[in-house]
Order: sequence, then C-alpha cells, then structure tokens
Amino acid sequence: MTHPQQSGAPPATPTMPDAPARATAGGGRSAAVSQDPPGPRRRTAFAEGADRLRAAATTEPGRLRVIGAVLALLVIAFGAVTAWQMTDRSNAADDVLHSSQPLSAGAADIYRSLADANTTASSGFLAGGQEPRATTERYDRDIRTAAAGLVTAAASTEPGSPSAATITKLNKLLPEYKGLIERARANNRQGFPVGGAYLRTANEVMQKQMLPAAQDLYTKENERLRSDYADATPYPWFAIALGVLALVALGLTQRRNYRRTNRLLNRGLVAATAASAIVLLWTVVGHSVARAGLNASYDHGVRSLNVLHDARIASLNARGNENLTLVSRGAETKQLPDGTVEDAYDYAFQQDMKTLSAGLAKAVTLADDQTGRAPVTAATGNMKVWQQRHKQARTADDDGNYQAALNKIIGSAADQPTGECFDSVDANLAKALGHEEGEFQHRAGDGRNAIAGLPVGAAVLAVLAASGALLGIGRRLSEYR
Amino acid sequence: MIARRLRASLKGWGGVGAMLSVCVLAVAFALLLPLTHAPVDSAPGSGSTRLAEATQAKADTCGRHPEQLSPQPSGDESGPAVTAVKQRGYLSVGVDQNSYRWGYRDPNSSGGDLEGFDIDLAHEIARQLLGDPNAVRFHAIPTNQRIPAIKSGQVDMVVRTMTITCDRLKEVAFSDPYFATGQQVLAPKASGITGYDASLAGKKICTAEGSTANTALTQDKKNHKLAASTDISTTVPNQLDCLVELQLGEVDAIVTDGALAASQAAQDPTVELKGKPFTTEYYGVAMNKGAGDLVRRVNQVLVDYRKSGWQTSYDKWLSPTLGTDSASSRPPSS
Repeated sequence: MTHPQQSGAPPATPTMPDAPARATAGGGRSAAVSQDPPGPRRRTAFAEGADRLRAAATTEPGRLRVIGAVLALLVIAFGAVTAWQMTDRSNAADDVLHSSQPLSAGAADIYRSLADANTTASSGFLAGGQEPRATTERYDRDIRTAAAGLVTAAASTEPGSPSAATITKLNKLLPEYKGLIERARANNRQGFPVGGAYLRTANEVMQKQMLPAAQDLYTKENERLRSDYADATPYPWFAIALGVLALVALGLTQRRNYRRTNRLLNRGLVAATAASAIVLLWTVVGHSVARAGLNASYDHGVRSLNVLHDARIASLNARGNENLTLVSRGAETKQLPDGTVEDAYDYAFQQDMKTLSAGLAKAVTLADDQTGRAPVTAATGNMKVWQQRHKQARTADDDGNYQAALNKIIGSAADQPTGECFDSVDANLAKALGHEEGEFQHRAGDGRNAIAGLPVGAAVLAVLAASGALLGIGRRLSEYR
Repeated sequence: MIARRLRASLKGWGGVGAMLSVCVLAVAFALLLPLTHAPVDSAPGSGSTRLAEATQAKADTCGRHPEQLSPQPSGDESGPAVTAVKQRGYLSVGVDQNSYRWGYRDPNSSGGDLEGFDIDLAHEIARQLLGDPNAVRFHAIPTNQRIPAIKSGQVDMVVRTMTITCDRLKEVAFSDPYFATGQQVLAPKASGITGYDASLAGKKICTAEGSTANTALTQDKKNHKLAASTDISTTVPNQLDCLVELQLGEVDAIVTDGALAASQAAQDPTVELKGKPFTTEYYGVAMNKGAGDLVRRVNQVLVDYRKSGWQTSYDKWLSPTLGTDSASSRPPSS
C-alpha cells in the first residue's frame, strides 16, 4: 500500500515500525534511513525488517527477542498448518464414512433394485396372468427403492454435472419402463402373446438403457469415494516438516542457552518443546493409524463391496434371462462369431453366469476372514446347483416338456427349482455385503477416530508451545533489566 | 383293315408325339419363364441375379409353384422314417410359441399347453401316425432355426407357419400346402390406410428382420411400386414386436404374412387387416429331405384333414380375424 496523499515533510514521516527500531538501536543508522532521498517514499517492509533485525542482533537482548519471535512464529505456523492439513484429511475421512460411501452404496442399491425389479417382473410373468402376490409386492418395493434412491442421489449431486444428467435419464426411463411392464401384464392377463413381446421390450429398455445408466451413476459415486480416500490418506508432509523445523529451532535455542548460561533447563522452552513434540508425534502416529484404517477399509471393505455388488447384479440378470428364455423361447436369437445360433436369452444367461462365477471367485480371495468368506463360498455352491438345475430345465424344455421346465424354474420346493438357488445366491450375497459393509464402517470409523481431535488438539498445543517459548525467552530477557 | 391299323398306329404315335411336345413345351416354359420375368419383378443386384440363376438351374425341380412339388400322398407306413417315429412312440415337432392362434401358450391355462392352428395339425398327424393325438413333443424353435432343427434331426417336422419356397426346398422337403396366405397390411381401423397401395405414402411401416415382407417392401420401394415417402426403416427381431411398435405409436402399419397379421389383429381389437394379400404363399409341413416316406404319409394326412378337421380348426382359431369364409385360405387340393 502506498500513500498517494503524502505531501508533508520530506524527512519521511517516521512510520510506526521505525519507532521501536530507533528506540532499541538508536544512533545514526536509523537517521540514515529516515533521511533517504525523497525519490522512494518508503522502503519495503522487508528491507526495514532486515535492518531492524541486523540492528537488534548487535545486542544480546535484541538477539533474544528475535529468537523468541522466530520460535513463536515457527511453533504457531506448525500448529496452524497441522490443524489445517489434518482438518482436510479428517473431513475427507468423514466424507468417506458418512457421505461418499453411503452414496456409492445408494447408487449400488438403485442399480440392484432396478435389476431386481426386472427379474421379478419376468418371474411374475412366467407364473401366468394372475401374478403371485409376493412377486407383485417385491416388484413394487424395488421400484419404490429405486425411485427413492434416485431422489437421494439427486440431492447430493451438483446441478449440471454428468451424474445429474444420468439421474435425469433414469427418472425419465423409470415410468417408461413401468408402463411397458403394465402393458405386458395387461396383455398376459388376457392370454395374448404380445404381452411377452412387451416384456422383452421392457427388458431391452432396462438392459440397454437403464442398467448402464445406473452402473454409470454407481461408477461416478465410486470415483467420488475414491477421491475422498485420496484426500484423506496422504501424509501431511508440510506440517511434519514445519514440526521438525520447530523442534530443531527449539533444540538449538536451548543449546545456545546452555552454552551461554550453563543452565540446563529453561522451563518455558522445555514446555514448548514437549508440546511441539506431542503435536508432531500425534500427527505422525494418528495419521498413520488413520491411513492404515482407511486403506484397510478400502481394501477389505470397498473393494469387496464392489465385487459383491457386481456379482449380485450378474446373478439378478442371469435370473431375468433364465425367465425370459422360457417366456419367449425362440423369439430372438443371437448368432455367435463361430456361426452357431443360440437363443438370445439363454446366451445372455450363460454370459451372466460367467460374470457371477468370476465375481464370486474374486470375492473369495478378497474376503479377509471366515465370516466374510463363508457366505461367498455358500453362494458359489448355490450357483453350481443352479447351473445343474438350469441344464435340467433346458433339457426338459428342449424335449418339449414345458411344464417340467417351468416347474424347474419357478416351481415349488418339491420340484427343486432354480428359483431356490437364485434366492440362496441372493441371500448369501446380501449377507456377504452386510458383513463387508460392517467391515468398512468399523475400519473407516477407526481410521477417522484416530485423527478426530487432532486439528483442535494441534491448535491448542501449538498456542501452548508458542507461549512456552515466549515465556522461556522472556525469562532470559528479564535478566537484562 | 390296313387303313384301320395305320390309323391306330398314327393315333399311338400321335399320342406319343403330343406328349413329347407337351414335355418340350413344359421344359422350355419352365426354363424361359424365370428369364422373362426376372427383369420385371426384381431389380438388378447380385442377390436377385443369384436367385434368377438358382431358379434357372433348378428349373426342372422348382418353378413358379414350389407348393406343387410334394410327392404323392400315400398311406404306406413301412418306410424307414415313419417306422422310426412309430418305434419311438412319439412325434417330435418344431413349433412357435409366440404366434397367437397358430402356436402359442396360454399363460392362463394350467399346464401351459400349446394351442393354435399349427398345433391342431401336429396333433392330427400324431393321431393318424401313432393313434394318439398327444403322442407329440413340441419344441419351440426360433424362425431361423427351423431348417437347422430339421437337418440335425432334432425334430421330425416343423409345423410353424413356414412358407414353401424354392430356396427352402433345396434344404428340406415340404408336404403339400395346408394353408394359403400372402403378405398383407395391418393397420389401426381408424387410420386412412386402405391396403398395400398409395395410402401408405408418408407412413411408417414395421417388418420383421429378414422376413419375406421386408424383402418385398425393399424391392417394391426400389421399383417405385411403393411411394418413396413410405418409411420402411423400422425392423424388429420378431413379427410380434411390430404390434408393440404399432400400439406404442412408433409405426403406422405392419406388413407380414396375412396369417400372422390375423394373429396380431386377434390380440388388438383396434387394428385390422387392410386390403387383399399382395403375394400368394403357402404354408407346408417341413421335413427332412431323406424322409420321403414321411412326407408322403403326411400328405395323406392332409388329404383327410382338408376334408374334415381343417375347417373346424379354422373356425376355432382363425375365423374371428380372417373371416368366416375360408375359401381364400384353403390350400389347393393336390
């Protein structure tokens, strides 16, 4: 800042900072300063400060004052930077725990509900014009969950962001999908095969547009989660460096003090050193613990959750395609690269089963304890039975025994239907997901708690340390009076 | 005496001569007809050229009337194919399960039995061959799997609204026709569409991918038999999906076999068949080329079926949408 209205006396109006400098050092130097040629109206604060320092450094009290100021500044800076950096990390860890992970789980829930609704719709369809009540209820619940999930997701999304566009798209498609399903049901009730065509159209909307959009949303929420992790886990190097610097400065001061006075201890300085050391130690240890907890929550929680979610979706899609194979056998075919032609839905079923199988295998390797592994292993067993029974159902259908095939898919327990296997896979995956969710909460919570009080603690301790340093230096200064 | 013998021998030679000349004429006709017609009803293009050549090469076995080439009916059951079926105890038939009134599963009937016009015929064949109309196993097969299923022996026969064509005759054998149909327009009753004519200008038409209807429409658009403003770009995997498109308002009309169009009309009281069929096609029962005895036996079944069961089945499944007069659907008797 300059003072444009400086018309007064050329002997540069003695500014405030000059006064104490002259008072302490006195003499010609400061006179020389004030009698500078009128050109540069004022010297820079840095130059003035440097001069002042140089002047102060000529006497011991002056030197002490400078040392005291530097120490206090260093310690305060250390405390402030620590509080700032750890607040960032603590907030990010908080977001992981309370915002981005729940949102990611919410997106996974939308994804699952949609896939489940589609699967349930086809199951109900298979059962005939009069759908079983349980199926209708499950379908309605899925649609409600998805709709509610979309509202939650929308609330935490920036307007105009790609996520918002995806949510808009899903909101537009959901009623469209429901309309097609209702048309399918109405036609099925009347025994019209066009109901099956509507079901296939609805399935197409779900598979080709809605599920990819839901997956997209899920991926985006996962990216947000990942970025929160990235914000929470890096070491606060700046704070640590300042802490080390403050401790070294405090150490050097005490060594100087000892050399000059032969006094071993200066209480103020010792207190400052101890407080600074505590802050530094707390930062390093706390952050290491937090980091370990968060990394573990990612490795053992989030990664498992992602794999399990994907497996669950694959299982749902497989079930839907299995139903559609029976609803619309022969309505659509797919030509494979080797020239063979397969029923489009049976082919899709096989692909989904491959995805499920791979997902479960990965989930077993990711599961880090028996509780986590058991349901996944059980689900793998269910899946194998499912594949066997599916083969039996297909054989029955290919032999022209539709009723046997139908019983094998949606029949009662006595028929040993694949529906049983699917339900078991789903239940076991839900159990595994619950366990991994708990694992995540537990570890991420531990991690976050490790640095919970750190920002405030660092600030308070830094103030204490700075006061200690000033008091310690003050005590030495008082000896010169 | 001499004069009389001369006259008799002349008569004999004359008969032979007449037969010869008829044969020559028939062969020439069969050979030349596709040539004279080729430029008229098919646009230049590798596909149609190939078709013309194939027809020419096959002129001795397949002409303009592939439906007339099935062997004579016979009640003989000593042939290998019929014996195999009898020993097995059931007939294996490829059918559709999504064609209302032809071959479909009523979701509201317990047991989910297939029913329809095609299914009735399959039951009748089983009844005559094996003495039990239910001695039949149905296989729901996709449209494009009809021929592979026969060739691989997965099914004995396919009764699935399958049109008899020369191309298909190269791969499988057909029975005598059991139904006459043709490509037809299906549109909402309230629409201004009157048939396969100028009223389709500016309209969107739906056809099934790779169907006869799709080929015919593409051809006719090239030949300007169809207005240039007619949009025929909507194709779907299954003809039934066209009804979905129509009900959703995505298209204005559907072109498919009249028989299948009738099946669609039966599922939606607001649409109807418009105008007359603009092609003539016949459905036949497809069987393995090697099973000549089975083909002849099925032809015998059809001879009887046309007399009695056919009309009953028609009245039950098709008269509501195709009209009570079945004359145009009745196949020519062989």
